[in-house]
Amino acid sequence: MELFRDSNIDWLSKKWLFLGFSLIFSVAGVLSMLFWHHIPVGIDFKGGTQVRVSFPQPPNEEHLRTAMDRAGIHDASIQRLNGANGYEAVITLPETSDSNSDSARATVVKALATNYTDSPSKVEDAYTVGPTAGKQLTRQAGWAILWSLLGMLAYLWFRFEFIYGAAAVIAVFHDTLITIGAFSLTNQEITLTVIAAILTLVGYSMNDTIVVFDRIRENLQLMRRATLSEVVNKSINQTLSRTILTSGLTFLTVLALYLFGGEVLHGFSFALVVGILIGTYSSIAVAAPMLVAYTDWRSSKGKSTGLQTGRKATA
Amino acid sequence: MQKNLNGKIALIIAILVVFLYGIFGIPHGGLKESITRRIHLGLDLRGGTHIVLQVKTAEAVAASSDNDMVRAQDAVTKLAPGARANKPDPAQPVIVVSGVPQTNMTAVRDALSATQFSAYDLASTSDGYKLTMKLAEVKDLRERTLETSIETIRSRVDSLGVAEPVIQKYGLGEDQILVELPGIDNADHVRDVIQSTARLEIHEVTGGPFNTEQDAQMQLQPDSVLVQGGNALGDQSWWSLKRIAVVQGPDFRDARASQDEAGRPDVSFTLTTGAGDRFYAYTSTNIGKQMAIVLDNKVREVANINGAIRDQGQISGGGFTKQTASDLSLMLRTGSLPASIVFLETHTVGPSLGATSIRQGVIASVVGMMAVMIFMLIYYKGAGINADLALILNLVILLGFMGFTGSTLTLPGIAGVILTIGMGVDSNVLIFERIREEIRVGKNASAAVFGGFDHAWTTILDTHVTTIVSALILFFVGTGPVRGFAVTLMFGLLANLFTAVFVSRVIFDSLLQRKTRGEALSI
Repeated sequence: MELFRDSNIDWLSKKWLFLGFSLIFSVAGVLSMLFWHHIPVGIDFKGGTQVRVSFPQPPNEEHLRTAMDRAGIHDASIQRLNGANGYEAVITLPETSDSNSDSARATVVKALATNYTDSPSKVEDAYTVGPTAGKQLTRQAGWAILWSLLGMLAYLWFRFEFIYGAAAVIAVFHDTLITIGAFSLTNQEITLTVIAAILTLVGYSMNDTIVVFDRIRENLQLMRRATLSEVVNKSINQTLSRTILTSGLTFLTVLALYLFGGEVLHGFSFALVVGILIGTYSSIAVAAPMLVAYTDWRSSKGKSTGLQTGRKATA
Repeated sequence: MQKNLNGKIALIIAILVVFLYGIFGIPHGGLKESITRRIHLGLDLRGGTHIVLQVKTAEAVAASSDNDMVRAQDAVTKLAPGARANKPDPAQPVIVVSGVPQTNMTAVRDALSATQFSAYDLASTSDGYKLTMKLAEVKDLRERTLETSIETIRSRVDSLGVAEPVIQKYGLGEDQILVELPGIDNADHVRDVIQSTARLEIHEVTGGPFNTEQDAQMQLQPDSVLVQGGNALGDQSWWSLKRIAVVQGPDFRDARASQDEAGRPDVSFTLTTGAGDRFYAYTSTNIGKQMAIVLDNKVREVANINGAIRDQGQISGGGFTKQTASDLSLMLRTGSLPASIVFLETHTVGPSLGATSIRQGVIASVVGMMAVMIFMLIYYKGAGINADLALILNLVILLGFMGFTGSTLTLPGIAGVILTIGMGVDSNVLIFERIREEIRVGKNASAAVFGGFDHAWTTILDTHVTTIVSALILFFVGTGPVRGFAVTLMFGLLANLFTAVFVSRVIFDSLLQRKTRGEALSI
């Protein structure tokens, strides 16, 4: 069985279409981050207290709110969901000071115990993060991603050329931006597990881009007379069946996770579903055209054109 | 093509067996037990309590320099009676000795350069000297404080009977501790026990009780400090106590919960031999005076010295319940914490949630894997078997590695597994597509296999090295979840290079050996 044999699509002629598509999504995400839902971070990052309780019957939200009000908690957000253990409610209290975070949690538990004597609630998950810990975590996760991008850039610079590394890193950055934008647009919380998913997408997208770049490097040596655009088009087409296959299969796995992985993994698998799609798209539609755009710009300035082919790997 | 093939096959089988042992150990009991005994599940999967603490290490530095200040005062008083040693800022380890007559400067300097002040840099001022604790010493003291805190917390948690607790340094900060208590979903009591510094000291009383802090300040002796009364004495009393304790935390050898004559709970303690001798000397010369038992900087009890005491005593004075008495004796036995502690985050996961999420996650992953494997068989026919074997072997190696190293599997770790599987499939697809291309060009089976692997190898190496580079960086820069992801990914990719390239190649080669010339490859 075979798919996409001898595909002959002119990818680069569609670059304006791709650019438009990427811009629409990134700008929509960025606008949402700035003016609409902002970046909906979980309490992992902003600090606060979250208590997840399960009830034998569906809890009445009004009733819950009154219970919280009576206990003197006025700024709690209450969210109901159908969890694995029956009917659940997630009660989130915003930032507490480092010292009284424990008492906030205790208050919620107590308030529930006194108001739900007939249908005892069960605390499934209680979670308190001090604001300083959250800030530290945000900083660390940010730096970790940034440094690893720089590390990849350095390796690609060494193996190919600086522009390959730059294009790959920009493509990965574009994917991360759009994925975080998707979280902002759909107003889903970014938690620690979502960060793990974003790291996965960075790795995946990078992998995808390098496969195409490797082929471009190889074809540059084989097709001495062709223009760079022709080489890039041919390389994308040659790797197309592999791209579709791998992405399709990986997509299948994360889709299974998204559909059957349960409530807890929802944010995690959502990030992966979006990330795999965008990561595959970006290696074809962002990273490769960027190489061509760069050479065109160089030649318009009268500098040498045609990328050098980098060092051939020795296996 | 016969390149030592049998040796390679033997090597692969040996590796398979070794890593299977890594996963299961010597099999006994059910499958599930065998696996979870070797591979620890993270709290996010198993349920339990996860606590991140911060140790106020600066307190220990301040306390240490407090003691040195008193020692400096003693040293200079002998030489220049008018001289005073004090700390301009109680939080900073800087001691200023002032009021030294010019004639005694040299003698005082010699005293302050003695070995007992070797941790300080000495600088002269107009009428004395300034001692500043060396930076290296401050750093060292902070590290020791953290180590001691970890040890103390560990012994407290152990004595509470928590199974398999994790207590270790956390993050890049110099002052954070991670405590993980698997299976404990109501950790309030544990936390109280962890948090109490349990600094127990016995001081000489120099004045009190005073009703207000102002009254107390007026009466304060130069060598004394003000301490507030604790619950048992009423919160509104203030006492003036001699700064230097007669007996301190490390002097307590043993403590147990007991009862006083009236049957109320109290705590009996025993001092170490050296401290007992000191205490005997002190009590026999100070009969009739008062001493205060101070716990965590609150006066718990004030007692009259009625006779000489050697090494046995009780902390009574009411206010104990059975629970608090046994908690306090536990803390005295395990030693006091060198500095106070704040909780940065607490995360309790109900074990049922852990079980559900792990079941769902496992089912979803297995469904996904099965779908991928079936598809590979349909798409690549015979070669699909290669890919599937490589994939299974990859998982065996990855899990076996985790079993050997005693790693913990967490949700982010599962993310790492997903990326590993994705890249594993990708490596196989890259190789097979290349082999197909070679066949299309008209090469025979063995040349196509050779060419396909040769071309794909460059790409596979590049993708894997790039990702391993980033995983390494994440491991060194990140903490917690980011780290878990990086570890799994690194193991997985190394396993991948072995299975997708080496193992798959060996399978192809052994197939090619059995084929007659010119027979087509099933791919």
